Amino acid sequence: SGLFVQIIITAMSFFGFGQSADIDIVLNDAETRKKAEHKSEDGRKDKYFLFYDGETVSGKVNVTLKYPGKRLEHNGIKIEFIGQIELYYDRGNHHEFVSLVKDLARPGELTQSQTFDFEFTHVEKPYESYTGQNVKLRYFLRATVSRRLNDISKELDIVVHTLSTYPELNSSIKMEVGIEDCLHIEFEYNKSKYHLKDVIVGKIYFLLVRIKIRHMEIDIIKRETTGTGPNVYHENDTIAKYEIMDGAPVRGESIPIRLFLAGYEMTPTMRDINKKFSVRYYLNLVLIDEEERRYFKQQEITLWRKGDIVRKSMSHQAAIASQRFEGSSNPERSQSQSNEEGDS
Amino acid sequence: MTESAVADTRRLNSKPQDLTDAYGPPSNFLEIDVYDPQIIGVGRSRYTTYEVRMRTNLPIFKLKDSCVRRRYSDFEWLKNELERDSKIVVPPLPGKALKRQLPFRGDEGLFEESFIEERRSGLEQFINRIAGHPLAQNERCLHMFLQEESIDRNYIPGKNILQASFI
Repeated sequence: SGLFVQIIITAMSFFGFGQSADIDIVLNDAETRKKAEHKSEDGRKDKYFLFYDGETVSGKVNVTLKYPGKRLEHNGIKIEFIGQIELYYDRGNHHEFVSLVKDLARPGELTQSQTFDFEFTHVEKPYESYTGQNVKLRYFLRATVSRRLNDISKELDIVVHTLSTYPELNSSIKMEVGIEDCLHIEFEYNKSKYHLKDVIVGKIYFLLVRIKIRHMEIDIIKRETTGTGPNVYHENDTIAKYEIMDGAPVRGESIPIRLFLAGYEMTPTMRDINKKFSVRYYLNLVLIDEEERRYFKQQEITLWRKGDIVRKSMSHQAAIASQRFEGSSNPERSQSQSNEEGDS
Repeated sequence: MTESAVADTRRLNSKPQDLTDAYGPPSNFLEIDVYDPQIIGVGRSRYTTYEVRMRTNLPIFKLKDSCVRRRYSDFEWLKNELERDSKIVVPPLPGKALKRQLPFRGDEGLFEESFIEERRSGLEQFINRIAGHPLAQNERCLHMFLQEESIDRNYIPGKNILQASFI
């Protein structure tokens, strides 16, 4: 039967059925690493391994030959870690802001299925993964077996979240706006920077009401801006509409606002990411009168992502990340730092 | 700065409302009635006029209670002035009913009771919608229409606000 297999394989090569392989990328911490949900371009929600800035990405690449016993000739096997921005109107051009490569095998041949280890140490992941209406920012591993005619490759997408800590300065937003002699209101929001699971607490105070208001609502608007200079394009999307008043207010009345953000799908505010795009959020206060006329005031808020990992390990991560820039590894110092903070 | 695990959702402090404000008349009182249709003239030159009565406490109107007589073409004039001079989207008037002006109809044509009522109601809706619009309230033509005895078609169009007011 050995000879029989040999004949088949020779026949297959003769007819162009060359050897091929399946590639599989497996992370070393696949069992323990958390996954995060991320919406793809077509709206589907999938789960991906979650990484933060500074974390090491390590694992194994399994190259499994399709036809056992036959050699796989190749021009090199490598794995890349890529962070890139893709603008939908310019799909051909990928803007790579992170591009790391590790060679796994020099040009040669594989006689049997093989597994290669890889490690990208303390990888910089400066931006959060984002899939939007006109632009996508993604991180992925790509393992490639280069061949003369056609490469074999496999990609593994990961999701990156950027974390912030409580901002030192977080002033409230308070403003008096209106139409001269017609409608004057004072609106107040308790903060200007909110984390994604925060609550917007505010109030609308009526100073002058000479129109017949029927209804008031707060909308959350997400604005995705792509392009630069004369080619700037804004895509506005109303994420939420939240009624805060039904009926006619009079002078001196104060209407409270309490809006829980955790119920809405939002990302952190992203400003001028790699000079390619921005994602900003606005609160739009809308008053509607008896004749359906709309009066509105838009105000930007900053959204940020709060980490839910324990403070001690957060500072450990930060210490690792800071080592990249300081150039010297000083584990003693960073360890004692993290111990101190853990005790406080 | 440490923050608690549960967000503080207490209301922001606000001034207690003055009871006169709470229970007093609202500052946005504005009501316009279009009623009492009267047929003026004889024969083929007859036309209908309506009483237009406005009651308001808005400071922008000079008279808090005014009463004038207007006909359909006056409403058309107002609509045209506003469309030309202001940035507002002017609501539609009830129809011109040209067919009703043709002879040999089985009914009273323009002076049919049901038609007059339909028109009266449409004109009332129209004028209430316009008069409540902050931008329309700035126009000379609206104030002339509502509060002056007759419309001077040779008037100088303009805004009612003081042009020279600087803040």
